[in-house]
Amino acid sequence: MKKIYDYILDEKNHHFIIPAISIILGFLVGSIIMIFSGLNPLDMFASIIRGVFGITLSKIGTGKAIFNARYLGEYFVFAMPIILTGLSVAFAFRTGLFNIGAEGQMIVGSFASVVVAILVPLPPVLLLPLVILAGALAGAIWGFVPGILKAKYNVHEVVVTIMMNYIALFMTNYYLKKLPGSTNSKTVALVKGATLKSDFLSDITNHSRLNWGFILVIIAVFSFWYIIEKTTFGYELKAVGYNPDAAKYAGIKVNSRAALSMVIAGAYAGLGGTVLAIGTFGYGRVLPQAEGYGFTGIAVALVGGNTAAGSLLGGLLFGALNAAQPIMQSSGIPKDIAVIISSMIILFIAMQNGIKMLLERLKGGK
Amino acid sequence: MNYVIEMLNITKEFPGIKANDNVTLQVKDGEIHALLGENGAGKSTLMSVLFGLYQPEEGKILIKGKEVNVKNPNVANEHGIGMVHQHFKLVHNFTVTENIILGLEPKKSFGRIDIDAAAKKVAKISDKYGLSVDPHAKIEDITVGMQQRVEILKMLYRNAEILIFDEPTAVLTPQEIRELMGIMKELVKEGKSIILITHKLKEIKEVADRCSVLRRGKYIGTVDVGSVSEEEMAEMMVGREVSFEVEKGPANPTDVVLKIENLNVLDSRKLLAVKNLNLEVKAGEILCIAGIDGNGQSELIQAITGLKKIESGKILFEGTNIEHESIRNRTLLGIGHIPEDRHKHGLVLDFSVEQNFILQNYFQEPYSIKGIIQPDAIRAYSEKLIEMFDVRSGQGSITEARSMSGGNQQKAIIAREIDRSPKLLIAAQPTRGLDVGAIEYIHERLIEERDAGKAVLLMSLEMEEVLNVSDRIAVIYEGEIVGILNASETDENEIGLMMSGAKRGKV
Amino acid sequence: MEVIYSMMTLTLIFSTPIIITAIGGMFSERSGVVNVALEGIMMIGGFTAATSIVFLEKSTSFAPWIALLFGLIAGVLISLVHAYISINLGAEQVISGTAINLLAGGLTVYLSQVIFHQQRTQSFETGFIKTTYPGLSKIPIIGRIFFENIYPTVYIALIIVIASWYVLYKTPFGLRLRATGEHPQAVDSVGISVYKMRYIGVLLSGALGGLGGAIMVLTFDTQYTIGSIHGVGFIALASLIFGKWKPAGVLGASLFFGFSQILSVYSTDFAFLAKFPQEFFKILPYLLTIVALLIFSGSSVGPKAAGEPYDKGQR
Repeated sequence: MKKIYDYILDEKNHHFIIPAISIILGFLVGSIIMIFSGLNPLDMFASIIRGVFGITLSKIGTGKAIFNARYLGEYFVFAMPIILTGLSVAFAFRTGLFNIGAEGQMIVGSFASVVVAILVPLPPVLLLPLVILAGALAGAIWGFVPGILKAKYNVHEVVVTIMMNYIALFMTNYYLKKLPGSTNSKTVALVKGATLKSDFLSDITNHSRLNWGFILVIIAVFSFWYIIEKTTFGYELKAVGYNPDAAKYAGIKVNSRAALSMVIAGAYAGLGGTVLAIGTFGYGRVLPQAEGYGFTGIAVALVGGNTAAGSLLGGLLFGALNAAQPIMQSSGIPKDIAVIISSMIILFIAMQNGIKMLLERLKGGK
Repeated sequence: MNYVIEMLNITKEFPGIKANDNVTLQVKDGEIHALLGENGAGKSTLMSVLFGLYQPEEGKILIKGKEVNVKNPNVANEHGIGMVHQHFKLVHNFTVTENIILGLEPKKSFGRIDIDAAAKKVAKISDKYGLSVDPHAKIEDITVGMQQRVEILKMLYRNAEILIFDEPTAVLTPQEIRELMGIMKELVKEGKSIILITHKLKEIKEVADRCSVLRRGKYIGTVDVGSVSEEEMAEMMVGREVSFEVEKGPANPTDVVLKIENLNVLDSRKLLAVKNLNLEVKAGEILCIAGIDGNGQSELIQAITGLKKIESGKILFEGTNIEHESIRNRTLLGIGHIPEDRHKHGLVLDFSVEQNFILQNYFQEPYSIKGIIQPDAIRAYSEKLIEMFDVRSGQGSITEARSMSGGNQQKAIIAREIDRSPKLLIAAQPTRGLDVGAIEYIHERLIEERDAGKAVLLMSLEMEEVLNVSDRIAVIYEGEIVGILNASETDENEIGLMMSGAKRGKV
Repeated sequence: MEVIYSMMTLTLIFSTPIIITAIGGMFSERSGVVNVALEGIMMIGGFTAATSIVFLEKSTSFAPWIALLFGLIAGVLISLVHAYISINLGAEQVISGTAINLLAGGLTVYLSQVIFHQQRTQSFETGFIKTTYPGLSKIPIIGRIFFENIYPTVYIALIIVIASWYVLYKTPFGLRLRATGEHPQAVDSVGISVYKMRYIGVLLSGALGGLGGAIMVLTFDTQYTIGSIHGVGFIALASLIFGKWKPAGVLGASLFFGFSQILSVYSTDFAFLAKFPQEFFKILPYLLTIVALLIFSGSSVGPKAAGEPYDKGQR
């Protein structure tokens, strides 16, 4: 017990302890809100367990099938896009930029993949890579705009990315509806060769929407880690993020690095859109409003301390919340409690100075 | 004896350090009392205690003979204590009057500020003390010297009886310093008392009546300024005999390494900061750019190192024009740069010591091979530099730069820049904010570089450093070199006159 | 001519929530706290007002006004969170604001489900009603624009603009608030509490944002849904920047954005507008904001210390 206590109070472990405390507090606040609105928080946790592991606790001892692999598959379907938007936000953070635009970059990524899949007549072997590339590229371009405006004209990236989220939403909606065969809510189904869908993965998970997108996610996580930790380019990005003046003094091209970092961040988010469009759905969707994957990405990045592994873990955490949403709704819990918990976790991480002070006080009082 | 302020046996501790250890300060009514000490000696802590920003663990404060509990700055203000801060607390886009009345605004009908009445009162006080400040001018449009007077006016508007001046001359021209001294004497004549915080002995000699000395948080003593020499005060401050002379042999200048021709550089407000400047630095000499802060020396150095674009002119490094070369290329050609602001430019504070050591050559082998960082090579290099330059830090190579002392941070920068063996070493205010020990170390290193045949371009605001370290002195005034002097053939007076633009020499 | 008059009136109506919220944002940023949470604050205000009116409208004819007041109070309460995190804990203000935007979306829909058992609030019968003021509407030109078929809430917006100008530039409070956003150390050194000024700034933005959101729902909608505010909070943020953090500028920018929003309504009346798709008009304000940021990029016009936490230790 004493050991755990010391571990929590040791400043060196703050980077891990603070997200952990924030997560616990986020769930605590969510639970309290549920209790106050006459709901049982344990039902929420049961939904999460069912959403993640596919195990229905209430069926234990009833003789009915307890485990359903479909939930497990769907869990990863929910986690994949937000791991990617999380990487996007985290990557920009490392260069000192706040990418609120992962949402929009993701939307254009989805859009570009769908457009290429529908309009370009190519055999599947060539088409699929092109579809994926188009998504990443579109996201990269959407990241490049705030990146270059920041680099060249010192325009604040936060405001630009917010605005670009809305532009992405309305613009893609307009063009999606113009594609041949589109209705007012979605495009035609994409040819199977242009998607990441897999009968094999679907079958082993009891017909979930699990798809090859997870390979893209693994590549993305690895590339993030490699770029930031191992390369000279990553050293430059970190230098720019921590102290742009010193980076300039050291001869690093600060502006181009900032712009490039937004491009790469945009590509990650764009890829998230691709996975969503050609993996999860298999058609393009006209959205009435942004779905919040990009905003969840902010939470993912913050929880993960802006690292690759952290974003992966953060994505799996918030993926669990997202995956539990439909289950909660069907068991009478408003699914938006998940949004409340996510935002509370961000708020608590934003309060980290307060948490640190509290830990210091505990330490002092010991 | 009438003391206006008595701070008796003050002790203030911070985790791990006694910032004030049994310090006593007694200020007589109507005197100018100097508070002398090195950086980190505890002067600001003591003043913060007087202002109620910190509560001391021990000791008491008496104002006009009565014991007072100074809980916060407002209590200090109520007792007539006012501070003229080193970094002015002025809102740049407000007028003089608006800045002065902030917090004490006179009102008229409907809750409006009576700005006219306020301006009149400001003008009246300004006239009384001969400050000649325009109440309607905007802060961003007036000189630094004027801004300081606004700070003084702010205190007088609040009926301050005891004024504290915190390092007031650092940013002023000699002319302005002289005027400030006059103002201070005028204030005392009108019945105010003054505490002057400084480490400049000459100013104390000129204006103060008595002087209290602090060293490493401890109270050393109080002396009548008239009865001690500058040397004696310096010894009290440092704790040992201080030689103002730096030991060095004669310079042996050879080839011209840096040649600047008709250089023009704009400042951040798009005004000419460097005007038609010509300069030569030779291998084997230390050339010092001397001048009052803000006369273009920072822009000049940023132009040479590439941090700032030039407007016109030539920068020749070993005969080739480097005007269009990137910062990186200039570094590679052989320019080392110890920057003016070590926290802004010199270090990435969140990086470890070793990551900071490779800041200028991280992309070169053996630190990077084909775009991949090589941690082992970096560690080995870092260990070598730490050893050679005696850089002290908690955990060696992996210490965060932020957690190091100022002196060791500067040593790390110097290690990085000198070890690359640049043909031209630029050192901009290399000793700013450091204690005497670190200053001496840095001066020795610069002279070593010179003796090794390197060209050293020193930029300094400290007269003693200018005179003692350099071989030749180029005085800069309003962006122009107004005179180049041999250090051995000139004195403070001559340089001072040139720095204030009052005299021109041979260029 | 008829069309022009009705366009101007409708511009005023559509601009009203933008103006009020942007002025709120101005107070926050002038005190030195960046507030990207305006969208979320509007959502909370809109939800609270819609819920209040559902329960009140049967019993009192003042229901819309009481609902506005509740919306305003709810805005203050949620902004208290932003204030505490930004001011006391020195957090990254953009992160705190983003979290509040997210929270507002979740919280309002969650509470709708708890209270009304659906994804949105129950519909209310009447929000504010467009009124024509006999007599005043006969004044040439002005009468047609300001007093015919108009909501009384428009006058609230205009009064807020004038009042905020007076407070900001004529009173000691305004001087201190502006100083706090430019140079908090200067404010602290003369014995004014930076924390207090910033709290007032942020809470004012909460009050006005909550009011703006409430007005929006009670004039344009018959219930609160997740899409009720649909980015108007961000347009208010854009107006604040476009208007260079000044009341008159904010008014002008908000009117402009309000105008660009109603263009789509009139696109059938003007041949050259009919060519553009609806989405074009939706994109316009966001696109223009980016253009404006580009144009202003050379001159930094925002409060100098906005976004920087104030640490008492660093004097």
